[in-house]
Amino acid sequence: MKKYFLTLIAFLLMTISAAYAGDWSKIKIGTEGAYPPWNGTNAAGELEGAEIDLVRDLCARMNAECELVAQDWDGIIPALQNGKYDAIMAGMSITEERMQVINFSQGYANEPASFSVLKSSSLAALGHSGKVNMDALDGKSKKLLNSLKKTLKGATVGVQGSTTHENFVKQVLGDSVTMKSYDTQENLELDLSVGRIDAALSDQGSMEKFMESDKGKKIVFIGPGLGGGPFGGGVGVGLRKNDTDLLKMFNKAIDGARADGTLAEHFTKWFGKDISM
Amino acid sequence: MNYELMIETFPKLLVGLNITIQLVSISLFVGFCFAIGLALLRLSNNLFLNFFAKTYVFYFRGTPLLVQIFLIYYGIAQFEFIRESFVWSFFKEPYWCAILALTLNTCAYSSEIIRGGIQSVSFGQIESAKSTGMSGFLLYRRIILPIAFRQALPAYGNEMILMVKATSLVSTITIMDITGIARLIIAKTFSPVEIFIVAGLIYLTINFIVTRLVNFCEIKLTPYLRRAN
Repeated sequence: MKKYFLTLIAFLLMTISAAYAGDWSKIKIGTEGAYPPWNGTNAAGELEGAEIDLVRDLCARMNAECELVAQDWDGIIPALQNGKYDAIMAGMSITEERMQVINFSQGYANEPASFSVLKSSSLAALGHSGKVNMDALDGKSKKLLNSLKKTLKGATVGVQGSTTHENFVKQVLGDSVTMKSYDTQENLELDLSVGRIDAALSDQGSMEKFMESDKGKKIVFIGPGLGGGPFGGGVGVGLRKNDTDLLKMFNKAIDGARADGTLAEHFTKWFGKDISM
Repeated sequence: MNYELMIETFPKLLVGLNITIQLVSISLFVGFCFAIGLALLRLSNNLFLNFFAKTYVFYFRGTPLLVQIFLIYYGIAQFEFIRESFVWSFFKEPYWCAILALTLNTCAYSSEIIRGGIQSVSFGQIESAKSTGMSGFLLYRRIILPIAFRQALPAYGNEMILMVKATSLVSTITIMDITGIARLIIAKTFSPVEIFIVAGLIYLTINFIVTRLVNFCEIKLTPYLRRAN
């Protein structure tokens, strides 16, 4: 009985892996759908955003039929590993931590992160200027970082959970602030706008989208634009480690989109500026 | 299956046990007290009071707890006059929003359980109490409520177990209970199976203890219903 059972499992595993290998005429792509303008959900319940347009573009280049799957952020990597979909395009930064469990295509966009606060808050006095690359800290950027740290000391800082932003707050600000993790960027923005948290760290593009709305118009950025280090090296397509053929396909398709300018077009359309890379 | 990870995770999740137990016990206690009142309103002959209780139960039983948590946490915060009033210090904290949502929710369910218990008290028992001159509050305190609680206990035990599990929803409003911590660890280790199994085992243990306690109370309160073995 036990033997039959094992054979059955082995057979199932074989058919499953056979379905994966080589045949990429149909690709399932996981996204969050709660991170505009990267990937959001409109009033009609349809996914939309720069990455949704990019998915359609890349799939046409790969001659593949693509299906988008919406998945909560905190389970987005496990669901890839379990085969719920074959690729992640969800504003996911390429970081060393994630590279240990999944592969990434080349980066297709990069957006600095910044802290934002209510205009009425005392923290707003810091102002918003400068750029800091965490991989190349020189005297000037160290100074910017220090004044940011000083301003935020004792504040309650919100981030979306399991993001590069959360890593930055933990690694760089540590115990000098109280950190709160949110399930989605949208909930983080809501709590910032009502003053439950003193500051939020997120990528600039998604916060700018919120600032355009009625609730978000009293929010401003403070401190420098942050990148590199814990923020990783741009946003790429997340793929399973053993799907190297799919990785090559995505890299080629991204090359193509970059070469004819459509990559820049998608991001300019949704972000109002070209953040493609 | 990574057993080492499971063992490592266990003490980390236990940190959240404290907050889970606080949420369950406070909301059950407060919810139960209000539920008695609500059940009495539901049974009263005053049409207005009866309607109020009915409506309350209808809304809180008819909508998902998750929606109630979101409405109280994200919804109420949208009103500027609330943010500027003294109640904001209460609604600002996710902890109190969670307690409020859980309390209001369990209150609706418990009131129906208690109402069922009160209505199951046989008329004969009430009559004989009345014949000895008891009425009003005394009648309720000495006869109706004790019998009603005894009858309602199995159903209420069920509600307690449901509440223990319901607390896992509060992790969606930034509270670090057992589930909240589990999700945090999953985000770092990318191993949902191992972590959720450990979290599930902790909930199972809490509910095992709750079941035993309810069972113990049942035996104590209804010795005459036990089989003689």
